[in-house]
Amino acid sequence: MSGEGKRHVISVLVENQPGVLTRVAGLFARRGYSIDSLSVGETREPDISRMTIVARGDDAIIEQIKKQLDKLIDVIKVVFLPAESSVYRELVLVKVKADPESRASISGIVDIFRARIIDVAPNSVTVELTGDQPKIQAFVDLMEPYGIRELVRTGLTALQRGDEDISLDD
Amino acid sequence: MFVFHRVGWASLCIHEYIRKKEVRNMKLTGAAIWLECLKEQNVDTIFGYPGGAVLNIYDALAKHSHEIRHILPSHEQGAAHAADGYARATGKVGVCLATSGPGATNLVTGIATAYMDSVPMVAFTGNVGSPLLGKDSFQEVDITGITMPITKHNFMVKDVNQLAHTIRRAFQIAQEGRPGPVLIDIPKDVTADTAEYEQQPPLPVQRSKKSIPDYIIEQAAELIQGSKRPFIYAGGGVILADAMDELVELAELLQAPVSCSLMGLGGFPGTHPQFAGMIGMHGTKTSNVAATQCDVLIAVGARFSDRVVSDVKRFAPDAKILHIDIDPAEINKNIASYYNVIGDAKKVLRLLLDRLEHSELESKDDWVTELKQWQKTYPLTYPKNNGLKPQFIMERIYELTKGDAVIVTEVGQNQIWAAQFYKYTKPRTWLSSGGLGTMGYGLGAAIGAQIGRPDKRVFNIAGDGCFRMNCNELATAVEYELPIIIVILNNRSLGMVRQWQDLFYDRRFSQTTIDRTTDFVKLAEAFGALGLRLERTEDVDAVLQQALDARRTVVIDCQINPNEKVFPIVPPGAAIVDIITEE
Repeated sequence: MSGEGKRHVISVLVENQPGVLTRVAGLFARRGYSIDSLSVGETREPDISRMTIVARGDDAIIEQIKKQLDKLIDVIKVVFLPAESSVYRELVLVKVKADPESRASISGIVDIFRARIIDVAPNSVTVELTGDQPKIQAFVDLMEPYGIRELVRTGLTALQRGDEDISLDD
Repeated sequence: MFVFHRVGWASLCIHEYIRKKEVRNMKLTGAAIWLECLKEQNVDTIFGYPGGAVLNIYDALAKHSHEIRHILPSHEQGAAHAADGYARATGKVGVCLATSGPGATNLVTGIATAYMDSVPMVAFTGNVGSPLLGKDSFQEVDITGITMPITKHNFMVKDVNQLAHTIRRAFQIAQEGRPGPVLIDIPKDVTADTAEYEQQPPLPVQRSKKSIPDYIIEQAAELIQGSKRPFIYAGGGVILADAMDELVELAELLQAPVSCSLMGLGGFPGTHPQFAGMIGMHGTKTSNVAATQCDVLIAVGARFSDRVVSDVKRFAPDAKILHIDIDPAEINKNIASYYNVIGDAKKVLRLLLDRLEHSELESKDDWVTELKQWQKTYPLTYPKNNGLKPQFIMERIYELTKGDAVIVTEVGQNQIWAAQFYKYTKPRTWLSSGGLGTMGYGLGAAIGAQIGRPDKRVFNIAGDGCFRMNCNELATAVEYELPIIIVILNNRSLGMVRQWQDLFYDRRFSQTTIDRTTDFVKLAEAFGALGLRLERTEDVDAVLQQALDARRTVVIDCQINPNEKVFPIVPPGAAIVDIITEE
């Protein structure tokens, strides 16, 4: 875990314009805000995208991050998604060394984590897992002894719990 | 006869109707749409430089030269600074135009200057044709990428159908809320493509989007009411919001001293008895002491820049800070405030005044007495040694112009002397690169200011270093017959940096002595300007008057001593109260 201060999950609705990712990423780089992950994709409306940014900083820095994001013309709305009232998920793909002997025990762990084997090769299996970050970390730790050949994660994505949503109204 | 007349009139009307309809709804090229959109925004003057990628735009300009005046500088940087100076002097949006590649990059310093000082500007750049984009084509540069961090927003228009809307939106963005520069990059083929064009009124520009809840004003007013030692720190936002009258009213109601940041000069009358002078690194000791001792510091349209605050921990240590600004991101950015009001300075001050007018305020008698004492003890002054004094020249310019001139500056010692020793009594009469500190800003900005305000006398206060950077624009001033007076405070060195080397680097004058052989009088003459030399104190009035009477571009080479320094100065790392007032 890098950076100082508490981790904050920020959800940002943006106009799906060319360069909008650069604007947001550039803002973080230029003002020296530390960023753990950033994921982005379209919303139901194709001209609006939603970014989920995991940033670190003390309260003053986090306040500035929100205000500076709000100043970007392409940014429509910025909300914080605190852990207690949000669901966080991340997807990871892990390619683990697997020979006929180890395949069964890997499969057992996969079942416990409700992960899925999505590709099998003579010397490896590729596993897909979604979950919050502690779950993913625990799974990765368990795969380590078998030998991880490759690992890729999407970065965190998040939504508010319950009926709340990031409506455009207010 | 009568009948014929009627028929003639009717057919004329129909003709006019058809013509108007054609303009209102017809296919135009991108270049023509560009021009029509400028007219929609009531733009009558632009500063630009032609090139391959903007050939179509210049062709449209040639056809409409009676509607839009195009000023051609010597260099695109001059165009950007001129658009900036025009905007600052008039309050209108400054418009500049350059071709692709080097034309676009030459605008960059000017755009960054405008960005740091919240100047409303729209910059247009041509780019190579869309099929050539991204192929490292001749004179291709990613100017939207380059200017992303120095514009409020920027656009590349890849579809001629989007051009009109983008231009309208750019003018709106440049002006709304906290103003700033917007850049529009237009590939060459888009200027040739055609699209339907329908004339539209400008998009509405709201200074502040949100209304201010009553309780916010109530709480701010309560904070002010309880203050025995209020202090007002005014920034450039006062000028942008045209809030001088409200500021004066508030200051008088509270009997509070008022200090301006460099950008705030002209936002509060420099002749007012409650004016404490500039605040911060080169402020007055009165301002810095008062800010340090106040119990409530009211910041209006100011951003607590490092040049004002110096050591944050020791800035206004006993004060509750009430921060009034239109930009929420300025609150708690450089200093933690006790309370804040987000909104247009004029509107917020009016609401506060309405609330405070009938309220009981604390007695300020002791505070007022103290302020008067400080003003007496720490006057802004200078030793009368070393021959011709730059401070004296500024004082005489103030007297001879009765404080009615527009003073544009370069950056460094010249800038600070001009800030300190001329009393700014009206908004938009002081134009200086405060945030970016751009040497070479002044002459271009003076050209823009003079074109925007032909009724005013415009001075460019320069050092020899700054003047040499962009003196190419002398050709522009002469060409357009602008009676700008360029006062070079010539110390044959880079005075501000030299001063720091003198005070803080054991007098190791590294690369700051520029004792070149340039004869500025002959240089002026070579450009077709009038060149004058000023060497003695007793000639100051006569030479300045000669320059004023000449009614043409004048360069005055004022020979001052290289050891002349700017005082007061807050040494690096010190608290503002520990300002040094003399050597």
